[in-house]
Order: sequence, then C-alpha cells, then structure tokens
Amino acid sequence: MRDKTQLTGLETETVNSAKTRKPLYAARQKIFPKRASGNFRRFKWLVMTITLGIYYLAAWLPWARGPFAPDQAVLLDLANRRFYFFFIEIWPQEFFYVAGLLVMAGVGLFLITSTVGRAWCGYACPQTVWVDLFLVVERAIEGDRNARMKLDAGPWTARKLMLRVFKHTIWLVIGAATGGAWIFYFADAPTLVGELFTGTAAPVAYITVAVLTATTYTFGGLMREQVCTYMCPWPRIQAAMLDESSLTVTYNDWRGEPRSRHAKKVQAAGQSVGDCVDCNACVAVCPMGIDIRDGQQLECITCALCIDACDGVMDKLGKERGLISYATLSDYNTNMMLATAGGSSSVNPSLVRTADGLFSDKVAHFHIRKIFRPRTYVYMGLWSLIGLGLLYSLLTRDRLELNVLHDRNPQFVTLSDGSIRNGYTVKLLNMIPEPRTLVVTIQGLDGADMSVVGEDIPAGRSFAIPVEPDRLKMLKVFVRQPAGQIRAPAQTFKFRVEDRASFESNEYTATFNAPEAPR
Amino acid sequence: MSDEHIDEISGVSTTGHEWDGIRELNNPLPRWWVITFYVTIVWAIGYTIAYPAWPLLHSATTGVLGYSSRNEVRNELTAAEAAKGKYISAVESKSVSEIAADDGLREFAIAAGGAAFKVNCVQCHGSGAQGSKGFPNLNDDDWLWGGKAEQIQQTITHGIRFATDAETRLSEMPAFGDIITADQIAQVSAYVASLSGKVRDASLIQPGAKVFAENCVACHGDNAKGNREFGAPDLTDAIWLYGSGETAIAAQVRAPKQGVMPAWVGRLGEIKVKELAVYVHSLGGGE
Repeated sequence: MRDKTQLTGLETETVNSAKTRKPLYAARQKIFPKRASGNFRRFKWLVMTITLGIYYLAAWLPWARGPFAPDQAVLLDLANRRFYFFFIEIWPQEFFYVAGLLVMAGVGLFLITSTVGRAWCGYACPQTVWVDLFLVVERAIEGDRNARMKLDAGPWTARKLMLRVFKHTIWLVIGAATGGAWIFYFADAPTLVGELFTGTAAPVAYITVAVLTATTYTFGGLMREQVCTYMCPWPRIQAAMLDESSLTVTYNDWRGEPRSRHAKKVQAAGQSVGDCVDCNACVAVCPMGIDIRDGQQLECITCALCIDACDGVMDKLGKERGLISYATLSDYNTNMMLATAGGSSSVNPSLVRTADGLFSDKVAHFHIRKIFRPRTYVYMGLWSLIGLGLLYSLLTRDRLELNVLHDRNPQFVTLSDGSIRNGYTVKLLNMIPEPRTLVVTIQGLDGADMSVVGEDIPAGRSFAIPVEPDRLKMLKVFVRQPAGQIRAPAQTFKFRVEDRASFESNEYTATFNAPEAPR
Repeated sequence: MSDEHIDEISGVSTTGHEWDGIRELNNPLPRWWVITFYVTIVWAIGYTIAYPAWPLLHSATTGVLGYSSRNEVRNELTAAEAAKGKYISAVESKSVSEIAADDGLREFAIAAGGAAFKVNCVQCHGSGAQGSKGFPNLNDDDWLWGGKAEQIQQTITHGIRFATDAETRLSEMPAFGDIITADQIAQVSAYVASLSGKVRDASLIQPGAKVFAENCVACHGDNAKGNREFGAPDLTDAIWLYGSGETAIAAQVRAPKQGVMPAWVGRLGEIKVKELAVYVHSLGGGE
C-alpha cells in the first residue's frame, strides 16, 4: 500500500463559488478540468460512444422499402414531405407522432430528474457530450490540467502556437463533421456526400454545415460551461423537478467535516476531524469549475466526475468511498442531524461512527424503494399512457385515406334533363410505397352516378383507378342525380374507397345539394 | 481624473458625477459589443456606397453595384414570362380541342383561363360561372351556340349580337306581341310549358301547338328542340334563361329580351380567348 503522506493536495481555487462570485460582466476565468477515472467516467465514455455513434452513423443505415421509396433507415425528406424511420413512414398530417414523442421526452425528463437528478445534463445532453469530446482533444494535444495551465500562462512560443493551431483545427474538423452528419438525415446520404465534396450540393447544405460547425466549435470549444450556466433554462427549471427523495451529487459533510489537510496533527490535538483531506481533487476534475462541497448549486450538471475523483482519494486513504456520492436530501438531512446531534452542535463525524470506526446503524443509505413514490408513479403513468396511445394509433392507422371537398360555387348545377349535378374534389391518399388500384364507390343517393373529369371512365356508381405509390391522387368528380329521385335540398351520401387486394377501405360522408323546389 | 472614486459596494469605479451622495457607476459596454457597433457603422457606410441610398434633389444616388428593385421585378416578370413561354407558344399553335386533349397544356390553359375569367367574365356569368337570369350558366350541358371547345372559342372571340363585330353570333326573335293575339300568346306559352312540365289549363295546349307550328318551328324546330345555328334555345329541357313557367314564357314571346356579349378577341387576344374556351369547356358541360 502507498504511503498516505505522499498524497499531495492540489493548489486550486473554486472558480464559480457563491462566496467569491464576481460581478456578471467580469471576464470568464478559464477552467482546466483534470482527467478523472472511475466508474462514472467509464459510464460517461459509454454514453458518449453510444450517443455520438447514433448521431454520426444513423443516417447511413439502410432499410429496404422496395423500388418506390428511399432505402435510408432514417430520412426527413422535406422536399417530398415524408419522414421515414425504419419501418414507419409519416406523412405531414401524421406529424403528431413526432409531437407525441416530444411530449414523452418532456415527461421522461421530469421522471428522470425527479429520480436521479440532472442525469440528462450530466450524461446525455449534447452540450455535455461534445464538451467532453473537445476536452479529450485538448488533453491529447496540450496534456492534462497542470500542463494546460502552464501552457496557458506561458508566453506565446512557437510550440504553444503550434499546439493551439493544431487543437483548434481538430475542433473545427469535429464541428464540420457534426454539421456534416446533420444534413445526411435530410437527403440520400451517399448521394449527398458525393455532391458535398464536388461542390454540387444545394446551398442550404453548405449553409447548414457552416452554421453547425460554428455553433459546435463555439459551444463545445470556446463557451463550454457558460452555455449551461448562462444560456440554458434547464438549470432553472430543475429546482421544481427535484424533491427530497431525488438522487443528486452530494458532498456528505456529515462525515467529511471538519476537513483538514493535517488530520493526524488535528487529531493529536484532541479535535475531531472528518474524512475530507481538502485535497481539492473534486474541484480539479469539475468541468463546471465549482466546488461540490459548497452544496447543491445551479452550475452543477451532476456529471459525477467529482465522485470518481473523491473515491480514488478515499481508496488511497483506506477510507470508505462515498464522501461525495449520489444521495437524497432526506438521507442527507437524517445523517446531518445525526452528525450534529440534532442540530445542536457543529458537525462531529465521530457521532456517525461506532467505536471501532465503522458507520453507525443509524446512518441512512439510499434504498431503491425511494424511486417508487407517488410523483414518479404519476410521471411513469403519464409517460406510458402517451406511449401506449401513440403505439395503438400507429398500429391501427389508415394507409388508405379519402378526402372530399364539395364545390361551393356553384353548389349545384341543373342540367337540361332536369337532373342535378354536384361537383366534388376527391383526394385519394395511397400512403404505402406500392402502386395500387383503388375502387371508388358512392353509397346512398338513389339513382345517382359519377363521372370523372379528364379520365376515360364511363358514368356509373363505381370506378377503379390506379394510384401511384406513396402519392395523393386528386380527381374532379361530378355526381348527378335524376330529377325524380331528389328527396331533399341537402342529402347525405358516402364516398367509399377500397383496395380490394388488401381489404383496406375508407369512407367519407358528403352532402349533395339541390334547389329548394326541384323544377 | 486624479481622484478616481471606487464604489464600495460594487467595487466599480464611478464617473465622478454625484447628486446628493449618489454616484454614477462607470460600467462601460463590453468590448465585443462596442466593436460590433463600430463594424456596423463601417458596414453602413459601405452599404450606402454600394446600394441606392442618399436622397438628392430629384433622385437618389444609384450605388456602385447598380442594384434597382424595379429591375429585380422586371427580371422576375421576364423570367416568369419565359417560363410560361413554351406553354404560350403551344397554346398559340394548337387548336382548342388539341389543347384540351393534352394533360399538361390543359392544366395550364385552365389555370390561365380561370384567372382571365375572374377578371373579364364574372361580372355577368358569376364567379362560379353559374350565371343568373338572362346570363347563361356555363356549368350545365345546355348550349345556345354549341358546347364544343371550338364553338365556345367562336362565341368568346366574336361575341353575341355585338354590333361592331362582323362575325358575331346573331339572331333575333321577333316581338310576337305585335304579330299574334294575346290569346294566341297564352296558348303557345301553355304549349311550350307543357313540353317540360305541367300547365294550369290543359285545354290551351292543343291550340298552342297550332300557333307554334305556324310561327315558331322555323327557328325552334318541329320538336321544339331548338337550333344552334340561330342560337334558338331548346324549349323542351329544364333550363330557362329568362325563367320557366307560362308567365315568363309569355313575356319572352311578347317582347323577347336579347342578351349581348362583347367580342373578346380584340381586347384579350387569341391566346387568352383559347385559354378561356378551354376553361369554360372544362366546367362540366363541355361537349
């Protein structure tokens, strides 16, 4: 085992602290996060790989849809107003599915936040993920925290210039790749990548890449934690989402305080001392530049890297992990009451331990049961309800639709034999990527027949018509009823469309108008 | 200022202005903001040189780039005309029935004709081409002068009873009030009404048929089916330009109203007339 005395404290100052907060217009102080290692760091690498992998590669997944539809798994075809997502094809009027998914994402965010705090901020938010990626580049080129601080403080040498140019170039390349990946969701990816490099792609493609390159570079490389602290509304909203049973990254001062770098000396002097050795490892790794020991604060994105850093130190010291840990406010309060003897004294860590140095039985630990409480049941229920509703709607939705518009001017026309004619614009929606022959029939309206303008179809009560794959067919249909069979100035009847091969059908109830007193 | 005063609470220097102990803090604008502001000023100067900007006494500076919003509009209109060009020339060279048979051309002609209709024709024929008393409904299948596309084109081109056009559609029903007696008018009206409906006094039908045979068959035909040569209406159908029923028929026999439609070719040109003909033909009654 390593000698404990070799552990050197890091000379560092908290950048964003309520105690020393500078006026808002003060220049930003640079943050040089140290590389952390541990379980949470490993988890973050995993999340980063998955999220970035999906973002950069999903546009390239193929999905066979036959000869009449694109074979790209995820495609937002704005020109043709279609959205393809694997086996799902969405028409513009079905966009509520996307709205539903966004509502689910919102409720899901409430659910996650009320259970494990700002997990979105800490692990999955694009800002966090890309800043992490940019920091990887920065560390690889300029070295870890101390090297970077030295380089930053040092004069502009050729080496510094070279490192900086190299770093910013790589950042810009990542930015361009990020912007580049985005546009592939809006067009056939292999075609577009060819066009992009031969300079023949649409201007909007280049503009989008340029804008996203600029924002990625600026937010991920230059602005970083300022985006979370000053620009993002979520840190403000989270206060309403968290309650006393929500897990959040917590410095357990009931076992850490009073902190001391010279524990043995203090102990020898007969004073109580906590587990915190004030090494500042938690501050050094923090990408937000805060000191978690000041308690829960707006800037904290709960990335949990301070937990990794502190656990590493506790391991070296031979103490229990979890001086900084995910804990709920209620557990923390319980333990705090214990350590302060009911709030009557300052923190005395010996109160939470038994004589042989182990934690007392009275110390509260998180139990998985705490996740299940009325609030999370409501969120979960709401989320599932919307999800099931969308799923049901998706599984039962029509792929053959019929819309009818009645001519308003004139509403009816009297023909020379006294019969009455009404005009209708009939829209047949073939919503599958296959050509179909559809049969249109009128039901009701005694003696009436239909004729179709511009189509070589004999007048009758039914006709069959081919419709192109994945297209809307618009027909101008005249319906005519003999004078003797008109029963009322306004009669209702039905247009029915069916696909006799798939047994799909749809109906539309229309009105047939005639003069008040038929001549 | 030598005695620079620093505000104790905010730690910010003050401007030196003081009112009853209240001092004005000196918080300058952020540098990036000031720089952006200066850049916009420089940009604005360059802009006024490049583009028309400064008003002079009777005109304005034209700008070195030669930009003009009027030219923009002119170019857009030229481009729009050019885009229509191939359709226009096809409409010009083809007959109306050829146009009606060609899907793309028909669509173009209907759109263009529909627009022209709304400007020139709706005053009489109504916005839905449904007409009204004295003004024919163009949606139905009853045509005084013929419902084929070419016939419609002829009607629009030369008009009806339009005095200044030599080829205009011309016919004139005499005012029978001066020719036959009032009784005869009542009889023939009853007969004509009976061809498509009921009449009050069936005893008038028989003598009415005789009056009809003597006076009306020359134009309206033996069977009263009319004659498109003279624009003589079919008297057996359900469509009555000046109203149905014995009274309305009697009025028309006594002193007929005769509608006039202008010849449009002089005003609209042949291409527009063709487009209008295709549009009217498409309304549902075209033959």
